[in-house]
Formats: sequence, structure tokens, C-alpha cells
Amino acid sequence: MEKVKVRICLGTSCFVMGASQIQELEFNVPEDIAGKIELVEERCMKLCDNVKDKYVKGPFVMVNDELIEEATYEKVINKVRQVLQDNCQ
Amino acid sequence: MLIPKNNASMMRTKILIKIAESFLKNNFEEADRIPLDLRPKEQMPSRCCIYKDRAVLKYRCMAAMGACPEEETDELKSLKEYGQEALERRSLPKSKLSVIDIACSACIKSQYLVTNACRGCFAQPCRLNCPREAISIVNGRAYIDPEKCVNCGKCHEVCPYHSIIKVPVPCEEACPVGAITKDEFGKEHIDTEKCISCGKCLASCPFGAIVERSQMIDVLNQIHHTKNSVVAMLAPAVVGQFPGSINQLVSALKKAGFDEVVEVAVGADITTRKEAAEFVERMEKGEKLMTTSCCPAYYKAAKVHVPEIAPFVSDTRTPMFYTAELAKKTYPGYKTVFVGPCLAKRVEAENDPNVDYVLTFEEVGAILVAKKINVDECEPQDFSMVSYAQGRQFPLTGGVAGAVASLVEGKADFRPERIDGLTKENIKLLKRYATKGCENNMLEVMCCEGGCVSGPGCIALPKKAARAVGEYVAQAEKLPKEDE
Repeated sequence: MEKVKVRICLGTSCFVMGASQIQELEFNVPEDIAGKIELVEERCMKLCDNVKDKYVKGPFVMVNDELIEEATYEKVINKVRQVLQDNCQ
Repeated sequence: MLIPKNNASMMRTKILIKIAESFLKNNFEEADRIPLDLRPKEQMPSRCCIYKDRAVLKYRCMAAMGACPEEETDELKSLKEYGQEALERRSLPKSKLSVIDIACSACIKSQYLVTNACRGCFAQPCRLNCPREAISIVNGRAYIDPEKCVNCGKCHEVCPYHSIIKVPVPCEEACPVGAITKDEFGKEHIDTEKCISCGKCLASCPFGAIVERSQMIDVLNQIHHTKNSVVAMLAPAVVGQFPGSINQLVSALKKAGFDEVVEVAVGADITTRKEAAEFVERMEKGEKLMTTSCCPAYYKAAKVHVPEIAPFVSDTRTPMFYTAELAKKTYPGYKTVFVGPCLAKRVEAENDPNVDYVLTFEEVGAILVAKKINVDECEPQDFSMVSYAQGRQFPLTGGVAGAVASLVEGKADFRPERIDGLTKENIKLLKRYATKGCENNMLEVMCCEGGCVSGPGCIALPKKAARAVGEYVAQAEKLPKEDE
């Protein structure tokens, strides 16, 4: 099965606003999704330029092609679970 | 237990960014909009209503501007006015941690609680093991008489159903020295005399009720509104705190307005040398123990809470001290800004005339975000002074003792031991070592577990930061021995 691609934006703004904490995914992934994700640390994806409220919506994470705003470790995990479930159906 | 990044700490970062932005935009002309921007009407409130959320945010904004919520005299004073006050002040108010009383949820007094998992069993180990006879069986379930209970936790340990839980007060639990306590209304207060400024309460409060005075505006003011030149002194823990390389960070900070950037690892090399020499000298004199002195939270804890250990604390000054001394010599007339992971450094700086300001990595991060500077798009720049492996390893637990050991080698018997994180238990341990003796002769004490890479002012994940520091150490040459 294809892995779910999790791309964490590591631009300075995203990093400072909390992307650094989402890097916990490198060390600690719940059992049900372990081995099913591919973690990519991206340089600034320039998403902050496209959103009306700018960085207030950061940190940004892309799960496959879906954008998560104000991303947190939990939000990313939940999205990954949802994607995996959708893939099964 | 420090909780990792959470709503309360993420909000703190957002506030710092908003404040920096408001300063840059129009000197706080519209600062009073910040609480509204951060808690717009359409959002679900996190406290009782958005108005209380905003009221708390206002206090947090005040702290981010350098004011202390406890010292508020007029509730109608606007953030704009606080901002102007910040711009006019030329000296720093005393650094301190304080509690926003309306944000403090007055957690119930720390206690053991019987949950409905209690089966009212026949064995009743809770009742039989309670040393104060505080437990009786009421309606088929254990009941703890709060008047008799002394919070020893025996019942919690022996219940076969894990039905007795401890409900802690997070800030009191986190404070290693008992400096934060409740008043008659259940609200927490910090005793400044006892407080070692470690910031553990601030990191642990789930309501974001604990704040400390930021110096961010004072530094921005120096950069933008005075003719003074400013030099940033980056603590060794800086490696890995920002995306991009440390050399890119140098030019990012110059873009942000700092005129020079130096590494505190250079001062840490000096500390290593002097501390090694001091250790050899003390052992030759027949002393049994020496402890490190570079952690300012430990330094104060030793003075105030473990006076027994104070004579064993090294007299060697900290990396910040030597770096600042060097910076003032190299760049005469410059204002010096220590940039680090530590809140206690602000207190240390108050007693060091060579250090003008102290910022955390988080505050510097907020400045970079507000100025839209992306570190990993900056051209790398070298430091003018090169640090050695020893100085670079200071922010890791075991790093300071390891650095000193490398220079003591062959000159004295060196038996290091780490106190990795100041906790209530470790404070007791230090007391015991000072009075009853210790098997080892070199104690490295770090207030933050894991070392400075886990400090309250950090941005990066401690594991990632520790790895980055390790790589940076590996890139450097070893400090040559004096006689080489």
C-alpha cells in the first residue's frame, strides 16, 4: 500500500509557530499508523503568502494533497487516519 | 512534568509575534486590537466566554511588552499606553515570573481522590495501610477524610484497582523549590525570594496563567529607535532552534537589525578552562566535591534552598559572563543581548553589567517572523571567533562535566555525576550530598532535564535540538590543553 505523505513546512514562521513540535512524528507515531507514513521536512512552502490571515494560520502541513492549517501533532495524526480509512473504502 | 507544545504555549508565541508586528507597524498604535484578533467573535471560547479570553490575552500581551500583570494599577490602561511606556523606558524593570490571577483557575488543592473504580473490596488495603486512619468505607466505597489525609499516597499505591488517583496542582508539582503557593482564594502566587526563575511553572500551567516579563520590545527599541549598535550573543543551545544552519542564522539576525553576532560557546570554552583549573586546585586542597555553576537556576537554588552545597559550587563564571566581557571589549559601546533558552539568565544578567538584555529563542523567533525573515533563505556567514567542541557541548546533559573532564585528564581523579533536571527529589539529593558526602567528586547540575536544549525558551523539540548540537560538536576541533 502506498504510504501517506506528510510534508511539514519548516519555514521559519511555521517552525516558530509550532511545526517544530510536529517533528515528534519522527520519534513517536501511534501504532495504527506506524510504517504507513512518509515524513518529509519541506523548506518554506510559501503557503503563508497565499492565505488571508497570513502566518496566523500556520504551521502548515500537507497530508498527501490536503492542507492542514494551524497544524498540531494530533491534527496531523487524525488526518492521516482519515486518509488511510478513505483509501480502504 | 513539562507539557510539550500546547495551546497555551502556542498562544504565547502568537502573542509575541503580534506584539513585535504591532511595534514594527506603528509603535503599538493599534495594539488594543490584538486580543480581538487572537480571539475573534466567531471562535469557540476556551474559557467561560470570549470576553474573558480576551481579558486574559490582554494581560499576556502586557507581559510580552515587559509589563507585569500583578503591578496593574488601572484596569482601563490600554495596551497602546503600555506599549508607549515600553518605548519610553530606558532601563529594564526587574525580571520576574508572575501569575495572572484571573487566568489562574485555582486548581483544587493537591489531593488523593477515590474514583468510582473503587469496588469496596473485602481486603481494603487502602484503609489498612493509611497511617492516619483517614480512610473509611462509606456506602460501599472508600472515603478519604480530607481533615486527616496528609497526601502520603500509600492508598494510591496499594489499591489493586488503581481506583485512587492523585489530582495534582501542576505548577506546584513542577516547582522544585516550593516557591508557588495558594492564597486564601485558591489562586497561586510566586514568592520572588524563593523563586529560582526556572520557568517550570510557566511551562506546566494548563491555563497559561503564568507569565514573565519579556525584553523583546526593549531590544527592538534599541535596534529601531536608538543609534546604539547591538550585538547578539547566541547561547550554545541555539543550534537546531531554527531551520537552516547556524551560519544562516547569523545573517538572518543581521537582517533583523543586530550589528554583530557572536557565539556564547566561545565563552563556554573559557569556562571549561577555568573550571578545570579550579577543580584540580580544589582537589589538591583536599576538597571532596565540586559542582558546576553555569546554570543560573541551580546557582540560586544552591544559595537559597541548599545552602549546605553552596561552598562546593564552582566560583568560575558562566559562559554568558565571559562572552559578554569579550563582546564589550571587542565592540565597545555596543549593547549586548544574550539569546538563549533560559529565563533564569535574565536574573543572572541583572547582576552582570556587561549583559544589557536577555532574549529567549522564542522571542527572537517572533522577531524573525514579524520581520518576515526566513532563516534558510539567508546567506551563511561565519562567526568572527571560533568555538571548540568543549564549549559547544554545554547545552547537553553531561556536556559540561565532559568538557571539564577533557582538560582535567591526568591532573586529578575525576568522577562525574549528573543531576539531570532540578526536581523536588534532586534538591533533597543535593542536600544529602552536601551533608553526608557523595561517592563522586564532580556534580554537574542542570535545572532543565536533558540540559539547556529543553529550556523553557526553546522552540525546537529537545530530541532534535540535542541531535543538532551533537553534530555541531562533532564538527569542531578539541580545545587544546594549555601546555600544548
